[in-house]
Amino acid sequence: MGNYLFTTDDSELRDADSLMLRGVIDSTGALEMILFLEESYEITVAEEEMVLENLDSVDKIVAFVGRKRDGAT
Amino acid sequence: MCGIAGIAVRVGEAPPEEHAIRAMLPALGHRGPDGTGVYRDERVALGHTRLSIIDLTGGAQPLSNEDGSIWVSFNGEIFNYVELRRELESAGHRFRTQTDTEVIVHGYEQWGDDFVQRLNGQFAIALWDAPRRRLTLLRDRPGILPLFYTQVSDRLCFASEIKSLLAVLPEPPRLDPLGVDQVFTGWAPAAPRTTFESVSELPPGQRLLLDDHGIQVAPYWEWAYPEDGAYSPGSEADLAAELRALLADATRIRLRADVPVGAYLSGGLDSAALVALMRESSESELRTFSIGFESAEFDEGEHQRLLNEHLGVCHTRTQCDNADIGDALFDTVRHTEMPILRTAPVPMRLLSAEVRRQEYKVVLTGEGADEVLGGYDIFKEAKIRRFWSRQPASEWRPALLKRLYPWLQTGAASLPYLQSFYGVGLEDPEQPLFSHLPRFLSTSQCKQFFSAELQEQLTSRADEAFAALVPAAARTWHPFHRSQQLEARTLMSGYLLSAQGDRMLMANSVEGRFPFLDHRVMEFAAGLDPRLKMRVLNEKHLLKYAMRSDLPSSILERHKQPFRAPDSPSLFAGRELPWVDELLGETKLRDYGYFDPRRVALLVAKARNGRTTAFRDNMALIGILTTQLWHHHFVEGFSDWRPRH
Repeated sequence: MGNYLFTTDDSELRDADSLMLRGVIDSTGALEMILFLEESYEITVAEEEMVLENLDSVDKIVAFVGRKRDGAT
Repeated sequence: MCGIAGIAVRVGEAPPEEHAIRAMLPALGHRGPDGTGVYRDERVALGHTRLSIIDLTGGAQPLSNEDGSIWVSFNGEIFNYVELRRELESAGHRFRTQTDTEVIVHGYEQWGDDFVQRLNGQFAIALWDAPRRRLTLLRDRPGILPLFYTQVSDRLCFASEIKSLLAVLPEPPRLDPLGVDQVFTGWAPAAPRTTFESVSELPPGQRLLLDDHGIQVAPYWEWAYPEDGAYSPGSEADLAAELRALLADATRIRLRADVPVGAYLSGGLDSAALVALMRESSESELRTFSIGFESAEFDEGEHQRLLNEHLGVCHTRTQCDNADIGDALFDTVRHTEMPILRTAPVPMRLLSAEVRRQEYKVVLTGEGADEVLGGYDIFKEAKIRRFWSRQPASEWRPALLKRLYPWLQTGAASLPYLQSFYGVGLEDPEQPLFSHLPRFLSTSQCKQFFSAELQEQLTSRADEAFAALVPAAARTWHPFHRSQQLEARTLMSGYLLSAQGDRMLMANSVEGRFPFLDHRVMEFAAGLDPRLKMRVLNEKHLLKYAMRSDLPSSILERHKQPFRAPDSPSLFAGRELPWVDELLGETKLRDYGYFDPRRVALLVAKARNGRTTAFRDNMALIGILTTQLWHHHFVEGFSDWRPRH
């Protein structure tokens, strides 16, 4: 997934960086990322799961997808 | 390319007359300005009008095998003729010409009906096996070249264009109501239906066989995709390399000609890829052509300039202004032979005129790439709608449509609009027509202008006709593949390759060649994981990856610009076109009977006031006007197409 996200500034994106604050993603970009996650990992993201706690950094996304695939809600 | 025509009579009937076949040829003169030919026996007459491209002196048609028992009249090119000839000569066949045509008769002798599977090309073929009394008509797999037929007092008559059949029809044609309904839903009728009652189109990839038992029509090839999940193995890099190699070979063999070959270079990815590949195969000067519009909204000039420098081509840009489009629309319908919903074919005709003026007969062009490699917005739209359908009540999910259509408002207030339009069919995203429902819905609004008379004749629904084009196996495919097949079988073959493609090229006796529609490219692309074609919302991903070392990054990163020409401004903005006033006036509307004069008057008033900016209004205006033109040219003007004795 690393090469799917990119930033316009040159400093590297770290796994714990906030995507919103780093300007990597805006709200429609977040939706596009959810599309990517659903397509790549065969999960469905519920309305209430579309929140920063689950999606706002690479670390959080990885953890979220892991939980979904393990069958947690 | 060329024009073909023919007549086949039943056993025991009088032979087809010389004057009957000869009468069919003048209407095909633009397809074949370099010569005509006729073959005739007691059962069949074959006619041909020639555009000389391979074997300029020796290639007259119709042409036969060694003993004159098998005859062919064909429009098109068999690009792998060099390889096929080698194989056939080793098997003992003797060739008399240097043409690609000759591989057809010897191929039939050697391989029987299956010979068509070995052809890599674009073609409409009429093949007559005299000893077995079998006539075979064949059309290429994607529908690049046209072939129409009709039955007139027990004779089968066929031709490259319907205007040639008018010479044998006993009375003026009638507009097929279901045909026009299908145009006003999905841009073209679903083959075999046409907008002429009693005239059929041989669908792409199909064979018509006429023998002593009668007539049978069946496919020899179909768009086929794997069951979801069963995709071609290999890394992205390997598959990109394979795609590039196939495209390079498809391009190389399409340079085979005894005349110079140019290319259309629009400024977009597909034509840029082709020209880059042509550069590899050819030492000679590369001549390219494009069209420029007066109105900046439609113009791709800046990208074209960048590409010209990068690729080192000698480029001609034809400027097209609104007046040119308005003036040329009148004659354009004589070529399209059906109503159209946009003016886009008109600049394509002006473009081929420039190609001719520069004494070029052949151009390579990028049509087919979007259908085959996943380039269209309609595919993205369908993907986003499927994403939405996972939680139809979501307010977030439809907002992704804004990624695709930045002009869309997507707050809570706009949700009802989004739902009624893009949300159509969301309850069942697996239905065969899912991807195209918004287009059908939107286009169908043009039908509010149909007269009550016309509405009464609509005995079946257009969407049912389109659903019949989807094979049963499609339900096992990935939905992205369903959308690709549907687009290829409806808009691509019915409109893009015909009204906007072949007809506009042939109007100026220019042959188009389509490397993206090489069947090996089509079949390779069909086997790919859809995510290689559309990566999230990035279209034609694998093509961009394959061509990354050949093209500037600005071309690779550019969002697809659909080819669109100005519509109502070309007809109304501060100009007087008497033929437009007359055809859209009450008298002609009542006389022809297709449209409601009061409703049309309101639309026309809107256009004159410069207020038809909506997509739908433009489509309706052009659709109504070109239907009126159709009637004027082919019904009122029927006697112009009749032979003079």
